[in-house]
Amino acid sequence: MSMNRQETEQLIQEVLEVYPEATGKQRAKHLMANDPTLEKSNKCIVANKKALPGVMTARGCAYAGAKGVVWGPVKDVANISHGPVGCGQFSRAGRRNYITGHSGVNIFGDMNFTSDFQEKDVVFGGDKKLAKLIAEIDTLFPLAKGVTVQSECPIGLIGDDIEAVAKKSAKEIGKPVVPVRCEGFRGVSQSLGHHVANDSLRDWVLHTRDDDNSFESTPYDVAITGDYNIGGDAWSSRVLIEEMGLRVIAQWSGDGSIPEMQTTRHAKLNLLHCYRSMNYISRHLEEKYGIPYLEYNFFGPTQIAASLRKIAAHFDSTIQDNAERVIARHQPIMDGLIAKYRPRLEGRRVMLFVGGLRPRHVIGAYEDLGMEIIGAGYEFAHNDDYDRTFKELQDGALIYDDATSFELESFVERLKPDLIGSGIKEKYVFHKMGIPFRQMHSWDYSGPYHGYDGFAIFARDMDMTINNPCWKNMQAPWKRAGAEALKSAA
Amino acid sequence: MPNVMLRNNAAGDLVFYITKKDHEETVVALEHAGPGTWGGEIQLSDGSRFYLEPFAQPPKLPLTVRVKRL
Repeated sequence: MSMNRQETEQLIQEVLEVYPEATGKQRAKHLMANDPTLEKSNKCIVANKKALPGVMTARGCAYAGAKGVVWGPVKDVANISHGPVGCGQFSRAGRRNYITGHSGVNIFGDMNFTSDFQEKDVVFGGDKKLAKLIAEIDTLFPLAKGVTVQSECPIGLIGDDIEAVAKKSAKEIGKPVVPVRCEGFRGVSQSLGHHVANDSLRDWVLHTRDDDNSFESTPYDVAITGDYNIGGDAWSSRVLIEEMGLRVIAQWSGDGSIPEMQTTRHAKLNLLHCYRSMNYISRHLEEKYGIPYLEYNFFGPTQIAASLRKIAAHFDSTIQDNAERVIARHQPIMDGLIAKYRPRLEGRRVMLFVGGLRPRHVIGAYEDLGMEIIGAGYEFAHNDDYDRTFKELQDGALIYDDATSFELESFVERLKPDLIGSGIKEKYVFHKMGIPFRQMHSWDYSGPYHGYDGFAIFARDMDMTINNPCWKNMQAPWKRAGAEALKSAA
Repeated sequence: MPNVMLRNNAAGDLVFYITKKDHEETVVALEHAGPGTWGGEIQLSDGSRFYLEPFAQPPKLPLTVRVKRL
């Protein structure tokens, strides 16, 4: 049973009553009831604004967006967390962006490189230390294809010139050294970090092999951007694209590498999965190298089939026929899966609060299983994300931008969804409220969820979460109905 | 004088993207739409107006240009 728009608006008003007047007024602009007929979101929802003091937000910082999201999954670079040791250490290897290779030999994604700032570095500057560190990395890890300098807050505050160090060191070690100005205090959320990291890729990496034409390209070369290989997502997407006869020449940046990025310019089409974090570089690729980009969605068989056809439409009839063949091969398997899981999940109501692309992209996968999305929200979206969300969501569904923990909990108490998909910070709160929960940032230690293979895992995970017998045991046995009879029997 | 990127979207409309603000709007009116002179006053779907120094020939899109807010 879903709510209509008036009921949703009323719910929002009731939840906002708790706030002081000024805060309530600000927060009201971030909450709305969905209207699928809307084309533009800037009139009805405010996004990408600083979280208010006193509320609990789920957002991260620019460093999280640059080092964690965009640069972190690149396997053959050493990402230096330039600044105090904590930022790097506590964000290390937590995102489950899988990479192939030998750790410390040719992949470095699971290691923490840091300049470990001390008081004296803050007072006297850390440039010398950084130069020494880069030289040391080059000695210890000669197979690293590049080094990035991910600034933490103090770097911006003390005004170190990491660009100068990067230029000088790059000459000395003969590899790209990329300064990334992603100090955590910049911007309102990790979203700025994505932008900064994209710009650093554009300015320091992308064009560095433009004069080298030894790469043999084919008319069927494509690049995957905005797929971070969470639990193997990029691999389960890649097999489908390769099965239809295209060649994936670059993955940005899940299981990606510097040489792949340098040769991306040979691609004929750029497949963009996470619009939020990689639209910047996609726009640049289109402008500079004439590679058009195409947003696609590999969650759930309906969306996958539509996306495969959309991708194939950019190529000749061989690829289009292949796409149909790929869909025809997988559809019976998917139908079997849906026949198995749909009866167990039909009509269940879901609330989502994630980042990037997921609140809109996974809707199709849930709907394939007969489930219903009653609320969706982004932590750090911009208005262009909401433009794309309205059409996907049902009429009257609740939309919350940068929901505070109070709002999210109140909405859940009132709407009583059967499943919540959000992050680790929310997970145990809702477990204690007795509501099934999936951690949708890194697929709750599962995955992949992209592609046909991923959908099988997705369906199984949703079933085992929602229909887990533990949810029946939330109340102590002596407090349950019929407990009196038990007592008298004992 | 914001830096903007002009491109055609899949539907063939001219799209105006303000890089710094991550703000995308479709262009509803362009003063000189070619052939020949291309540019001039730009009206966006949200009602705001900008001025682009006209090109002698329609340029190859996408293209990053500097425009003046009107």
